[in-house]
Amino acid sequence: MKIPLSWLAEFVDLPADLDALIASMDDLGLVVEGVERIGEGLEDVIVARVNTITPIEGADRIRLISVDAGNGPLDIVCGAMNFAVGNHVPLAPVGAVLPGNFVIAERRMKGVISNGMLCSARELRLSEDHEGLMLLDALITPVIGEKLTSALGIVPDVVLDVSIEGNRPDAWSIVGIARDLAARFGQVLRLPATALPDDGAPTSSLATATIAVPDLCGRLTLSVLTDVVVGPSPQHLAQRLTMAGMRPISNVVDASNLVMLELGQPTHPYDASLVAGSSIGVRRARSGESLQTLDDVTRPLAQPGRGLGDSGDDCVIVDGDDQVIGLAGIMGGASSEISAATTTVLLEAAFFDPMTIARSSKRHGLRSEASNRFERGVDPELALFAAARFVELLRQSSPTLHWMSDPLDVRGETPSVPSVTLRPGDVQRSLGVTIDESEVRRLLTSLDFTVTGESTLIVTPPTRRLDVRDGAAGRADVIEEIARLYSYSRLPRHTPTWPQPGGLSDRQKMRRRLRDVLVDLGVNEAWTPTLGSDEDFALLHPNESRVRVTNPLASEESVLRRSMILGLVRAWARNAERGLGDVVLGEIGVVFTHPDDATTARVVRGGNGGSVKLTLPSENERATIILGRSGDDATSAVAFWNAVASRLDLHDVVVRSTSEVAAGLHPTRAASLELSTGEVLGWVGEVDPALLGQLSTIAARRLGVLDLDLDVVIKTALERQANQYVAVPSRFPSAALDLALVTPQTVHAADVAQALRAASELVQDVVLFDVYQGPGLPQGTRSLAYALCLGADDRTLSERELGDLRAQLIAAANALGAVLRA
Amino acid sequence: MTASPLAQLQEQTTDLLATVAAWQTLDELLEGEVFVTGKRSILSALQKSLGSLEPEARKGAGAQLQEARRSVEAAVAQKRAELESAARIVALEADRLDLGDVVSSAVRVPYSHGHPGIVAATQRELEDVFVGMGFRVADGPEVETDWYNFEALNIPPAHPSRGMWDTFYVELGDPETVVLRTHTSPTQIHLMEAAVASDSLPIHSVMPGRCYRRDTPDARHLAAFHQIEGLVVDRGITFADLAGVIDTFTKAYFGADMQSRLRPAFFPFTEPSAEFEITCTICRGEGCRTCSHTGWIELGGCGMLDPAVLAAVGIDGDEWSGFAFGFGIDRCAQMRHQIADMRALIENDVRFLRQLS
Repeated sequence: MKIPLSWLAEFVDLPADLDALIASMDDLGLVVEGVERIGEGLEDVIVARVNTITPIEGADRIRLISVDAGNGPLDIVCGAMNFAVGNHVPLAPVGAVLPGNFVIAERRMKGVISNGMLCSARELRLSEDHEGLMLLDALITPVIGEKLTSALGIVPDVVLDVSIEGNRPDAWSIVGIARDLAARFGQVLRLPATALPDDGAPTSSLATATIAVPDLCGRLTLSVLTDVVVGPSPQHLAQRLTMAGMRPISNVVDASNLVMLELGQPTHPYDASLVAGSSIGVRRARSGESLQTLDDVTRPLAQPGRGLGDSGDDCVIVDGDDQVIGLAGIMGGASSEISAATTTVLLEAAFFDPMTIARSSKRHGLRSEASNRFERGVDPELALFAAARFVELLRQSSPTLHWMSDPLDVRGETPSVPSVTLRPGDVQRSLGVTIDESEVRRLLTSLDFTVTGESTLIVTPPTRRLDVRDGAAGRADVIEEIARLYSYSRLPRHTPTWPQPGGLSDRQKMRRRLRDVLVDLGVNEAWTPTLGSDEDFALLHPNESRVRVTNPLASEESVLRRSMILGLVRAWARNAERGLGDVVLGEIGVVFTHPDDATTARVVRGGNGGSVKLTLPSENERATIILGRSGDDATSAVAFWNAVASRLDLHDVVVRSTSEVAAGLHPTRAASLELSTGEVLGWVGEVDPALLGQLSTIAARRLGVLDLDLDVVIKTALERQANQYVAVPSRFPSAALDLALVTPQTVHAADVAQALRAASELVQDVVLFDVYQGPGLPQGTRSLAYALCLGADDRTLSERELGDLRAQLIAAANALGAVLRA
Repeated sequence: MTASPLAQLQEQTTDLLATVAAWQTLDELLEGEVFVTGKRSILSALQKSLGSLEPEARKGAGAQLQEARRSVEAAVAQKRAELESAARIVALEADRLDLGDVVSSAVRVPYSHGHPGIVAATQRELEDVFVGMGFRVADGPEVETDWYNFEALNIPPAHPSRGMWDTFYVELGDPETVVLRTHTSPTQIHLMEAAVASDSLPIHSVMPGRCYRRDTPDARHLAAFHQIEGLVVDRGITFADLAGVIDTFTKAYFGADMQSRLRPAFFPFTEPSAEFEITCTICRGEGCRTCSHTGWIELGGCGMLDPAVLAAVGIDGDEWSGFAFGFGIDRCAQMRHQIADMRALIENDVRFLRQLS
């Protein structure tokens, strides 16, 4: 909210030092986000008349202007073209300092001396207009040599841009801020002057006001103003509005806006002659009704919305014919707008149920200064005071107006005012500091809270403090208010300790370990988008349901990722296109599976009040690595995996080629990583060349890929860690044995190794060291050569034992169809 | 009257279709295409010959020719798809490699040097600071229900305070019942519900994680971002403990000479609430452009747990009290490493990634 200091100072004495004021406001939670100085740097600018315009030889973008600013002719070089002889324009003479510390000096251009500068409105920071010079004749009756500030009626001022927190609608006004400051500075708040209704016929003789929905409308006041003359607002009021960021429209509308800014109460003026029966009623909109609002949009009413528990209630204003003429508290209808012809004004000042306004405003996508205030809660007792202030302000430009006596005042249900019990010690228990009871009383009463009782205090907030709740929550609200007024900066600090140890969970520790291992092995950690396009999703998972975002920022970011491969390949390709593709990229992140396709559903509390169970997408944490270094391919991906596996004690995991591979992987150059239980830890292999072709312009290139399911990897690694048995190596020498086994292509090398390992407890180690395929072997077979290490803990194996063992091992291989190579 | 140039069209079309059907390889298709539908095809030749016809006749013949061309082109496209698919199968078969047969000792693994992600590294540092202060670390899901993300946190449906979070809704169930979490605070609710269910209060945890807000990305904001949240529920916890934790953290993470301060603010799930600010990391409090010459920069929000939140999860507010705080991990990274534009974090440019050791 923009707060002109001159306006604020009407209600409270301000410290002379602006920085001190800003510091106080920040400390009260009225955070100053910007400071604008109005009229600064305009002190030296004067009104000048253009006498002659002469071209300058050799220049077509500048001209020599002779002006009169009261002290004889003055030559100025000027680049603007939008004026003629006889016009009056602002002149910054030599020595003037314009906004932004721009010092005007004598200059020589194209051999001509310029004795100052003629200014545009933007150069003077008076508007954004920079089309040419500011033309004063259209604005005022200019007097040559007059100071521009006095000519335009600009009073130097400072405007603070203050951010008001959502729970403080009472502070969302000039007077509201003044009230907080008066409390902080121990000063008296001066309320603005108000008018009194005139004598004569009562309002009820001309108008009626009714509330059909006491639950939606807590109060409806209606004033009738006759003999109103609609015209522009006086200059000082118009300037106030402008400084506060609103556009002056007419004295009636401006008065309504001024009252809203000053007091926080939105009001709505109607042209009485356009409101049937001069009658204002409040009721629920009925299905099928619609309203054309002031912004010329026709809006269907009472349509249930999308939001949780939104029944479609619209609170509307109706006239004497029961026709809808306004969306209560949000925006008026076009039909009863104030115009130059208006002479009788109906002024509505009301209180509406905040949640009803919030829902309607959201449903209609219609936010206004009024709805922003009503939805947060306007003081229900403010309406008539605001009306009286409205009349007082309007009288300045329409002095003969008549405010009919006994304005109408109808009541519905207003929020009950809570009584909050503050027990001895409550403040200490919450804030960690003891504040004297008398100090608590002083602080709260300074903001019009009523405090009664001894030791246990009963605190009643003023009606404007709709943020203060009942019961324990209300106690917290009151304590916050005490702390705020006492000043957060004075509260003590104490760093707590507790007996429970801090630390990471086992899973978190293992995740860290994996991350370190990956980085050690060359992974550059990337962060690829969680949200992708429909096309992206269809590339890898054409037959699965998508988890879609209802309201994406862009269609390319509308579907939750099911895999990180796509994002990483794309990231790799972008680097490769810059010649930086010789790199490993990886990511540890979450991928999502639609409940329709998930093996285990995630069922979570949800719905209104958390009363139902909802099935959510399953979230799977994975580590996906793209190996893009030159020379990388499926085999280096396997080697990379082996390095990871050895560090996490996962060397018994089998790399198993399968006919069905995970999406995005090369169909004949990928394998699953399996435990003996059949559980799959992930995938290793190459990126499908077709995918790479679709995602990049890079010519055919092999990319290794490793994709790990962290749930399984971490669980397994943790089990290994927990059961890790550290054997003392045998003191007796072991024997080496190489076996070359001609093995059918259909038999996995890892299965043969496992069979050899299992054949005898004398087998200490089995390593595949060579694979031969080619001439000399039967069709459909290859030769797998294993290096075995044989030994026992308690003896050196004899030749005979070794001979038997060898036969035993060959027999175990034979059982799988592998035979000793001749 | 001369014979129509299209007299033989039907037979010619049949011939062309037969040619297409006879192609066995992609090479044949690529070579033959020009003679079937291309410039050197009979169809193109016939097209030229139409010029000699009367306008009326030309129109009818043109349509006839178009129809023939469409049928041939469709056949070529279908053939292309067939042959490409077959070629892919052949290529994949030729490429087949049993990864179970990879001999590790025979593979020359290219050497390279990796780098942790800036966000992940920052998150770890933050976690370590809090672990040192006695906190545990908790993870939470990224897709949440309205209950966890909003309602249990004292943010009722349609409440204006929801405007503080621009929410992405997930298309599941009734409209606006499932969201991408807009903050890490729902993890607080999960922790408190679980602690109540297992009777295992107190809680001293921090909760890092990825969150989403429907904000157009700029130099300081991304639509996806990372937050770390702290939660303490214990006996006798006060605002002084909160201020102490914030200050200890500030000094531990940003430096011993750094100060923290609190000022009143509003969050629906805490009361009293505060924004916390720390000494500007750029000017160390002297005043500069980054801190708008105040010497302070805003880091996050905090406050005492609102009684409504304790009630929502079934914790007795007379026995237990607590506080929560939260701030941006990415923002800490941005401050720590003076990253001019946040968007660099998601561009994954290797030249950017490689800078963190």
